[in-house]
Amino acid sequence: MSTLKTLNGNQSVAEAARQIDPDVVAAYPITPSTSIVETIAKFKADGLITGEFVCPESEHSAMSLCIGAASGGGRVMTATGSQGLALMWEMLYIAAGLRLPIVAGIVNRSLSAPINIHGDHSDTMGARDSGWIQIYSENCQEAYDNFIQAFRIAEHLDVRTPALVGLDGFIISHSLEGIQVEDDEKIKKFAGEYKPVYPMLDTDQKKTVGPIDFTDYYFEHKRNQIEGIENAPKVIEEVGKEFGKEFGREYGFFEEYRTDDAEVCIVVMSSAAGTCKDAVDELRNQGKKVGLLKPRVFRPFPHRKIAEVLKRMKAVAVLDRSSSPGAFGAPLFTEIRSALYDYPERPKIVNYVYGLGGRDIKGEHFKEVASKLERIAKTGKVEEIYGYINLRE
Amino acid sequence: MKKETWKELTLGTINLNAGNSVQNLTGTWRSGKKPQFIEDKCIQCFFCWLYCPHHAIEVQGEEVKGIKYDYCTGCGMCSEVCPPKEKAIVMVKEEIKLAERSSK
Repeated sequence: MSTLKTLNGNQSVAEAARQIDPDVVAAYPITPSTSIVETIAKFKADGLITGEFVCPESEHSAMSLCIGAASGGGRVMTATGSQGLALMWEMLYIAAGLRLPIVAGIVNRSLSAPINIHGDHSDTMGARDSGWIQIYSENCQEAYDNFIQAFRIAEHLDVRTPALVGLDGFIISHSLEGIQVEDDEKIKKFAGEYKPVYPMLDTDQKKTVGPIDFTDYYFEHKRNQIEGIENAPKVIEEVGKEFGKEFGREYGFFEEYRTDDAEVCIVVMSSAAGTCKDAVDELRNQGKKVGLLKPRVFRPFPHRKIAEVLKRMKAVAVLDRSSSPGAFGAPLFTEIRSALYDYPERPKIVNYVYGLGGRDIKGEHFKEVASKLERIAKTGKVEEIYGYINLRE
Repeated sequence: MKKETWKELTLGTINLNAGNSVQNLTGTWRSGKKPQFIEDKCIQCFFCWLYCPHHAIEVQGEEVKGIKYDYCTGCGMCSEVCPPKEKAIVMVKEEIKLAERSSK
């Protein structure tokens, strides 16, 4: 039977880690992800997990250690965020290139400078081309559920690609919520036994891990790697359905909220989607046809599925909690705008950057966005394609 | 040697044919100079064997016997570290025969 527990986002991830009990946890503490690692360290000290817990001298070393342990044949996880993820950078690409299904809990936090410890998506968005699967969580329950599913998705033989689960720094990582924690045995069964492919510790089979590739092989190996993440959508769908069947909470690529007859739609990920739902409810009560689409999976990007929902809207606002300086819009926006290009009937679309460095986004801001969308829908004219929310101008 | 397509490659860039670097004839990189071994000057110190980056020093039994030209890149390291005043390895000019090498 599942139990209702009061946990914050970090404890929720740690709880999932305790239940899955990976062979190796290698992590270096960084705000606001520290308490994931801290809690796992306590589990280890209390004898509640059997896996190795290692705290090396940096995040770069933590990810290097994960790569070594996963190459050896272990089920491996880590947790970090912000500068910590940035310091892992070159190793992220290596984990993906070597097709090691490492799972990382990433507590989303802004990047320096200026230094700031609060939540935004700059860290994981910066890692969007590293080859990792990216799944984002709205609340503590989703952080727990996503973290469990991430192992199954990453480890699937057609995928074998590392996966990260994002949860917003402080807003989710440090907020207490009542969450359903499933039985240890059921989670262990759901996660299943991990079977490594070509583990280094199998000394009967001679092999070289990470050989050099020049102009003659690098391209083919990269194409081979791309296939792994391109196989992920089918697996993400299956695992999300199975999770729903087993535990009553089904997951897909995104969540649609009151989009059925919506004429305008707001797209926003992670914790802000919760606030947006309240705003949508209020606007619906006033008779306004507003909906919300909350992407859950950002890599692989479910471009066709998202476009199929948004194509019938009159106007869409994509809200990004990161910026891509000098680009034509922030990351989520460029993906979605590009996804809609092939549809002859498509909505007007605008981009707003919000919440950098943990800046609040409130119901009133979503209402402002909705009224701008209504004006665009009515006039068919976009005056400002790219803007900022709750910024002192 | 036929090269695999991306679909035929082993997962995660793993090379299951460990030790296949012997197939890579790095001697084809040599251009202009090659080391020449003068056996009666050699004091069997093994410095050349220790320093050679491509394991191109020929050892038979427990003695240095010469150079494996299939792997020698002509870098000159062996000659540089060779200790006798009259060196046992000297760099000499070599005519490049690209056609001959690529046929290997």
